[in-house]
Amino acid sequence: MAATDRRLGYALVGPLVVLLLAVTAYPLIYNLWNSFHHVNLSIVGPRTFAGVSNYSKMFGSSDWVSALERTAAFTAISVFLETLFALGLALMLHRRFRGRGILRAAILIPWAVPTVVSATLWKTMFDPRSGFVDYLLGKAGLPGAHTTWLAGTWTSWTAIFVADAWKNVPFIAIILLAGLQVIPGEVYEAARVDGANAWQSFRRMTLPLLRPALAVALIFRTLQAFLVFDVIYIMTGGGPGVSTETLSFLNWQEFLVNTDFGYGGAQAVILVVIALLIAGVYVRVLRPATT
Amino acid sequence: MSASAPITAGSRAAAAGRARAASERRRRPRRRLPTGWALVREVLFYLACLVVLFVSLFPFYWILRTSLQSDSTVSAGVSATGIGPGHITTAAYSNDFNQQHFLTPLANSAIVALACTAVTIVVATMAGYALARLPIRGKGAILAFALIAGFFPVLAMIGPLFLLFKDLGVLDQIWPLIVVYLVYTLPIATWLLRNFFAQIPKDLEEAALVDGATRLQALRRVVVPVAVPGVFTAAILAFILAWNDFAFAVSFLQTPGHFTAPVAIVNFGQSQFQVFYNRIDAAVVIISIPIALLVLFAQRRIVAGLTAGALR
Repeated sequence: MAATDRRLGYALVGPLVVLLLAVTAYPLIYNLWNSFHHVNLSIVGPRTFAGVSNYSKMFGSSDWVSALERTAAFTAISVFLETLFALGLALMLHRRFRGRGILRAAILIPWAVPTVVSATLWKTMFDPRSGFVDYLLGKAGLPGAHTTWLAGTWTSWTAIFVADAWKNVPFIAIILLAGLQVIPGEVYEAARVDGANAWQSFRRMTLPLLRPALAVALIFRTLQAFLVFDVIYIMTGGGPGVSTETLSFLNWQEFLVNTDFGYGGAQAVILVVIALLIAGVYVRVLRPATT
Repeated sequence: MSASAPITAGSRAAAAGRARAASERRRRPRRRLPTGWALVREVLFYLACLVVLFVSLFPFYWILRTSLQSDSTVSAGVSATGIGPGHITTAAYSNDFNQQHFLTPLANSAIVALACTAVTIVVATMAGYALARLPIRGKGAILAFALIAGFFPVLAMIGPLFLLFKDLGVLDQIWPLIVVYLVYTLPIATWLLRNFFAQIPKDLEEAALVDGATRLQALRRVVVPVAVPGVFTAAILAFILAWNDFAFAVSFLQTPGHFTAPVAIVNFGQSQFQVFYNRIDAAVVIISIPIALLVLFAQRRIVAGLTAGALR
């Protein structure tokens, strides 16, 4: 029985393992091979060995290094601010009140719609002629009413951040809310008996107990933000100039525009290395229960 | 009148009941309306709720409003119309469908997302069951691999897969996307279903096994019917994730007739000298509708699925 069960078990997991390897390990190995070769579709001829020249080109390229800096800065700022917003939102949704279901559905829709929706939607909202943002600023008498948001570096990043946060804050909030809901009520009761005020019980009780959920949300988002592509492609196309080009965007251009799969492969390998480092932290923080 | 009515046994019991209810009401006073600071906090709380509602939903109103404007109204700009739509017309929608043939990319998206969901469900149900129940080695490694695969940078996959699809002659076709999208859907679906199967009491299938059913029969007849809610949740999440892809589709698809809806939308704006947001937003409204409906009808499942997938 055990032997047939085991055989059946392998047959049942087989497709999962094969399919996941096909879409992750295969490209990774192919990239690794390409990254040590000259593979450029616009150059006719055999693929020759390139040594580490693709890597040295990358680390020496100011385009790549500044994209790395931009990506890191965007990741740090957006993850930090989005987590703060999400924490507030989760605490709001944790309360029982009339209309909680409506509020939860309302924030889930921005998360669930495609990025092409969130990005085009905010592109419309920020448009100087058709948009709402400049109109609102004008009506409120605030400065910036005639801003062409996607024409400047900082204003572009602001618009990208808003579109990104609008879609992703709800996700973090839902994860944090689940974390809040598993904290037993007695914990707060005990804190109140001990005379802790709301802030103290939040600092000393809620926040430490929320740590696992916070870790999941943070690392999920860190990785997503670090690999940001869709919203950049749709809203700014990396512009104005190269001022909103991120690592993923640069990598995409190398593959699809320059068709340099050797140099692009080197960029992709480094992208995977960074992503695996971040994911490794995640697995370490929350070891999966295997039994 | 009632006070002077003759007292009968029935009315006495009723009166006693009323008295009991009244005294209970006295003992448990009605929730007092908040005063002072509590009132301020309450007002601030509901104000914050309104702000969240506004920020979440107003942009949808804005694209709906824009999508119902004519080309000339859009060109005139918001300063001419204010926040209302002005003259309402469905011209942008008919332009999208009649001139831009938006139905084709919409159908492409639906085919790919539904097919990917179907494959995901079959593969993840089998694997989830085996990982929860069967005595196989390396469970921890497989689960960890599924987790890490969920984090795999999509952009790193694009180059090699582009070359592969080019060599296979399937570049610019929607079929490979069904397999590629599995990298979005399989990790979360597998984890979700594995956790779901682990929660189902073992007695059920053991009873079936004792009755002489094979494992597969027990799986098909006893376990899968119980697992339907979990499978349904996984299917909803898989559909959302597959429907939402942009990066793969924009990299592999080249002919407008082969585009998925998100790629088509991005290209709507690019060929024109002036950006007609009414046409773009009409398409955006249309691809948002299935997702909005899913969220409204399956809110609880989505939340449960997201948190189960993320917190374990």
